[in-house]
Amino acid sequence: MIVMPTMAVFLQQLCNALLLGSLFALISVGYTMVYGILRLINFAHCDIFMMAMYIAYYSIAVYFVPWYISFIIVIAATALLGIIVEKVAYAPLRKQNAPKISMLISAIGVSYFLENFATVIFSGRPKTFPQIKFFVEGLKIGPVNTLRLCIYVPVITAVILFVLLLLINHTKSGMAMRAISKDLDTSKLMGINVNKTISFTFGVGSAIAAVGAILWGLKYNQITPTLGIMPGFKCFIAAVIGGIGNVKGAVIGGLMLGFIEIMAVTFIPSLTGYKDVFSFVLLIIILLYKPNGILGEKIADKV
Amino acid sequence: MKKSKLNNILSVISLAILVALIVGIQEFGLFGLNSYVIGVIKLCCIYAICALSMNMVNGLTGMFSLGQPGFMALGAYTTGLLTVSAQDKLEIYKIKPIVGFLANANAPFFIALIIGGLVAAFFAFLIGFPVLRLKGDYLAIASLGFSEIIRIFIQNGQSVTNGTTGLIRIPSHVNLYVAFGVLALVVIFMVLLIHSSYGRAFKAIREDEVAAEAMGVNLFKHKMFSFVISGFIAGIGGGLLASHLSAISPDVFKFTLAYEILLMVVLGGQGSISGSIIGAFIVRAALEWLRIVDNPIKIGFINYPGISGMRMVVFSVVLMLIILFWSRGIFGSEEFSFDRLFKFFKGLKKSKKEV
Repeated sequence: MIVMPTMAVFLQQLCNALLLGSLFALISVGYTMVYGILRLINFAHCDIFMMAMYIAYYSIAVYFVPWYISFIIVIAATALLGIIVEKVAYAPLRKQNAPKISMLISAIGVSYFLENFATVIFSGRPKTFPQIKFFVEGLKIGPVNTLRLCIYVPVITAVILFVLLLLINHTKSGMAMRAISKDLDTSKLMGINVNKTISFTFGVGSAIAAVGAILWGLKYNQITPTLGIMPGFKCFIAAVIGGIGNVKGAVIGGLMLGFIEIMAVTFIPSLTGYKDVFSFVLLIIILLYKPNGILGEKIADKV
Repeated sequence: MKKSKLNNILSVISLAILVALIVGIQEFGLFGLNSYVIGVIKLCCIYAICALSMNMVNGLTGMFSLGQPGFMALGAYTTGLLTVSAQDKLEIYKIKPIVGFLANANAPFFIALIIGGLVAAFFAFLIGFPVLRLKGDYLAIASLGFSEIIRIFIQNGQSVTNGTTGLIRIPSHVNLYVAFGVLALVVIFMVLLIHSSYGRAFKAIREDEVAAEAMGVNLFKHKMFSFVISGFIAGIGGGLLASHLSAISPDVFKFTLAYEILLMVVLGGQGSISGSIIGAFIVRAALEWLRIVDNPIKIGFINYPGISGMRMVVFSVVLMLIILFWSRGIFGSEEFSFDRLFKFFKGLKKSKKEV
């Protein structure tokens, strides 16, 4: 059952695990930020991620925009998409003071809409993500054959998270975000512009997801309208594992999930078909024994 | 609200008309409906059963569970495996032969259907232990996750479920009598349940969990009961679906199916039995009718080229609009009655006069 891989294979897979884990971390940050502020699973986040990939595909492969310019376009457009989703699907419900279930159904509706919309305009056939030489050139470190991406992705992730933590902990808008996540109504009374801050949060989360999307596309090449769903699920799970609402926790959760998924398949290849199951099993275990996640704070039920 | 005599009489009459229509269509080919339309009607009934199953948990007990596709898959595969003939099983399983004890397992349709329901209920019972300790959106994602786990296991269990190819040649036993009959049984069962002490406890949990617990309602027991019953009904629905489609594969039971059923429940009004049924009929019929947006249309000089997949876009927009502007649904948590219908029309007349 258990297969011992050779050292070279093991190191190679370690590289892959770090890469996948970093990508998971980038996406789960968006989930955790939105959940922290609105107590809502943003089901549409995974589809925003998917749309970012299509925007990148069109700007690079169809309109031949140089990749560094098109990355900026993709990030800006995705942030805008995130803000639009918030304005259309969540803001009206917040105004009505609707029950949380309505918000969740609305989130599902947006997610489903984006998938179907993408199927109609981009067609359901898989598209090949453009290969940018700067990122996908081969790289040989000792016995390990890999891509440059393997080095870039963890570095990019680390930089982005560092900046994000600075933003949250040391700026005015970051302070507003933290205040809202503690208590929305009170922060309204304190003169915080709640709507603006929520939009800002969606924008930042989506922009980071866009970076994740570009790197994901470079690594896995194929894009389809339903591509976002599985990473989306897993990244939400990563956010829960780390302690939802906590950015550092999301990163730890993402890395953990990436390692578990890759290593399980490395050591027990017969489980390959079941690799999507691991994360769900992990989720259930975490929710049962440590429902607040690894870094989460304990929140008492309000009666 | 006490129902008027007129309401009761009208209800009996309309029920009789419905039965007469079903018999007429099935036996004498009333209205000359073709088999496609009848197929859609049957599908509507089956989806109504699944919507009722979701309503049981979401609307009545107030737990947001999206696990229906998984339970439907269990019911569908059990029913399928028990009704496909041994000869066909030999031919269907190409990659790996079927495991021994299932190769000759066969049961009459109705027994297979009930076994399917029981299997789904049993799994609901097992899943309930971890899942029902969760609340709100955690419950939603965990139940959806379990539904996906079931699907992945079905997809990989080559020698039991025939993997991604799925089962074919499932004999079709679903006619209008079966479809409406099972639906009626489910409705009767749910009405009885709602008016029992269990039903009242469910509603208490829905309104306020903490208060219900303080009043002595055993939360876990009641939630589990509701979840298992819902699993059973979903399993029956899945079994009917398998028999109706006569071919199933894991792809049928993706979680987008949960979204579809969710729309039916929300449209009809969460917590309303008649709402779920009407919601299911409207959504299913609309999905069929919307096929026209997928095909080219020519209105005068406007040529609409027809975009395949467009109907799903329309579908998701409708779901959004309903939840944004009309989150009560058609009936809210009330039931359909003629009294309400008359009141509604009176209200319309009044508002016209005022204008």
